[in-house]
Amino acid sequence: MNLTNMPNGESAKVTAVNGNNQITRRLMEMGVVPGVSVRMIKSAPFGDPLEIRVRGYHLAMRKSEADQIEVSGPESKVPGFKP
Amino acid sequence: MNPKIINATERHSEADKEKSLIRNRKSEIVVALAGNPNAGKTTLFNALTGLRQKVANYPGVTVERKEGVWKLNDGAAARLIDLPGLYSLDATSFDEQIARDVLTGKLAGVPQPDAIIAVVDATNLERNLYLVTQLLEYKIPVVVALTMVDAAEKQSLEINTKKLSELLGVPVVEVTAAQKKGIDELAEAVQAAEEFQVSNFRSQADPTNSEAEDLKTDASEIFARYNFISDVYQESVKHIQTEERGFSEKIDRVLTHKFFGLVILAAILLLVFQTIFSWANLPMDLLESGFGALGDFARVSLPEGLLSDLIVDGVIAGVGGVLVFLPQILLLFLFISILEDTGYMARAAFLLDKLMSKFGLHGKAFLPLMSSFACAIPGIMATRTIENPKDRLATIMIAPFMSCSARLPVYALMIATFFAGQTVFGFVSLGAVLILAMYALGIVTAIIVAWILKRTLLKSATPPFVMELPPYRLPNVRNVLQSMFNNGWEFLKRAGTVILAISIILWALTAFPRSADGDASQAISQNQIAPGAQEPLNQITTGDESCGCSLPDEAHIAEAEQKAAEAKQGAALRNSYAGRLGHFIEPVIAPLGFDWKIGVALIASFAAREVLVSTLSIIYNAGKDGNEESENLIQAVSDAKRDDGTPAWTPLTAVTLMVFFVLAIQCMSTVAVVRRETNSWRWTIFMVVYMTALAYAAAFLTFQGGKLLGFG
Repeated sequence: MNLTNMPNGESAKVTAVNGNNQITRRLMEMGVVPGVSVRMIKSAPFGDPLEIRVRGYHLAMRKSEADQIEVSGPESKVPGFKP
Repeated sequence: MNPKIINATERHSEADKEKSLIRNRKSEIVVALAGNPNAGKTTLFNALTGLRQKVANYPGVTVERKEGVWKLNDGAAARLIDLPGLYSLDATSFDEQIARDVLTGKLAGVPQPDAIIAVVDATNLERNLYLVTQLLEYKIPVVVALTMVDAAEKQSLEINTKKLSELLGVPVVEVTAAQKKGIDELAEAVQAAEEFQVSNFRSQADPTNSEAEDLKTDASEIFARYNFISDVYQESVKHIQTEERGFSEKIDRVLTHKFFGLVILAAILLLVFQTIFSWANLPMDLLESGFGALGDFARVSLPEGLLSDLIVDGVIAGVGGVLVFLPQILLLFLFISILEDTGYMARAAFLLDKLMSKFGLHGKAFLPLMSSFACAIPGIMATRTIENPKDRLATIMIAPFMSCSARLPVYALMIATFFAGQTVFGFVSLGAVLILAMYALGIVTAIIVAWILKRTLLKSATPPFVMELPPYRLPNVRNVLQSMFNNGWEFLKRAGTVILAISIILWALTAFPRSADGDASQAISQNQIAPGAQEPLNQITTGDESCGCSLPDEAHIAEAEQKAAEAKQGAALRNSYAGRLGHFIEPVIAPLGFDWKIGVALIASFAAREVLVSTLSIIYNAGKDGNEESENLIQAVSDAKRDDGTPAWTPLTAVTLMVFFVLAIQCMSTVAVVRRETNSWRWTIFMVVYMTALAYAAAFLTFQGGKLLGFG
């Protein structure tokens, strides 16, 4: 499943960040690397972009960018910041 | 070994020699301040330097360059270079490129730093440490300044600074810049920094990675850095609660709410524009009348002649014309820095990105474009908040299409003269419909141009919209005032010089060649505009019927003298280079229905759009202080005749002129600011050419199409 489809309020672990371009690199530099847990907060009023919480801060990205992020199925609660 | 590091080391040893020389001389060290956006870097910079700072641009790019003097403990001073806010040093953006060049000493005019202060936000340690792992590779001593410690404590994050320092191999100092806590300790750490071993992150985290490698990091390197950070984090941070829905998230339930979020955004924007539209008027009027008074004073004090004219009409009028924008710029930047400092600006971009990206623009383009309805100058300066250079350029290129307040006098004069009292559907004022149509024309054109630009000249892969939504914080008064001051000063300094130069040129065009006291103007008036120039005198000699008195009294004589002086002034203008230029361009503007007199007004209004009104006033001898509500001027415009005696203006000409003013650049201040903000003459000239061409084409279609349809 990719991040775009994750319901609001759910948490999951990133399993892969696909693609090899500027966007992928920027996402990874911001801490979205495989193994990290993310939580979907909400989408903007017009449905795009999305807001997630990762490594203790809030990050906005467009759906086209979130499409590149694969996550494992939703987890109810993710402890800590273990990679 | 990485070539980058070899380079850095070589440069470092060179710099070492140079440094020791400098030290012996004046014991000044160079310190770079680096950190993520929103990490409290600006607050720290302001706290360290106070008012001893200057803002400029790095050569060739629009990245802001901030420097200041930091007084250290023992009276020594450090030169503090504030690097742009960075998430990484991989050189994917201008900011990152500049930061790398500064750290490697490759940037002309900026010495390689002797030490780096890495500003790290304690509430966001992991992502902030990413940049630190990169800074550690430059073989320059690093001192970590840990900010927002109190906020971290509130979030139940307990950071063991000693442990953190040990693991990173660099000193870590807790600072609270607003209260100046930890500043002395920071100074001590920086001064002692050279004694510290320069740590080598690469060998610790992933020895295989120190093999030759391109400047651009790949995924595995980023992954390795975050692995290292995770280890550091787990050993130095005690996290009592794992996940908590913080204060910011609660606020965002309202502020980025699907419905209320948009309502609140609209209310905030309304407040901002209300302020720059109307509340800025008082200081602007004061400045205008102040400069008017100064001009009058100079006129009286200086001996009459060329010098007095140059100073009054060129310099004072020119400088006044620049300064009058200052209240709007200061107020807009007051709001922008408050919105940025609180963290709301990122939310506004978040709310509007979908809408704006349909036109190929970034969510952050919204505020600059809205501001341009007041004035394109602060609007264009506000595009600085857009990081991607192509997005920013596209926004700058369309900003002047937003109908600014300087166009209103032009619209108002045209409507008052030709459409006053007319209605559509019996109750809607035709003037209001026309003004609305002009605003709409500007907006639609802007959208189309943006769409085309983003698919042609400014084509690029969609830049990532990966944007931090920083936690809400109270704005720091000092940061806000400093930002206002810096932006205002920058405007005055850079744009002011160009605007002053153009004002003087325009003054010269309208003032030269100087007629030998009346001879030339008389010759002209006999040749071309005899009726206009002699009318006032005729009125006096024949007596004013409405007045009912037959003999000229003193008041009438004074009035006649004034009118005669105005007539002379009008005649001089016609004979000037501007007047000749008007004649020269007449064949070009004739298809738009404009005669040479309108041509002169078009040329003069390049100084500022509203100058059209006062220029027409001079040309038609309706008094120099004519404004769009002046009865004399309205009468003069509707009575104006071409040289062949046909009416110069029809309602169709008026609409054509309005269309031309919507789309034409017609504002030297905007041109100067575009040059300054894009740092490129090519883009500036491109803008002038394409906007003028577009305005001409649209005016041509309006006039010729209107004629075909039987109007005018």
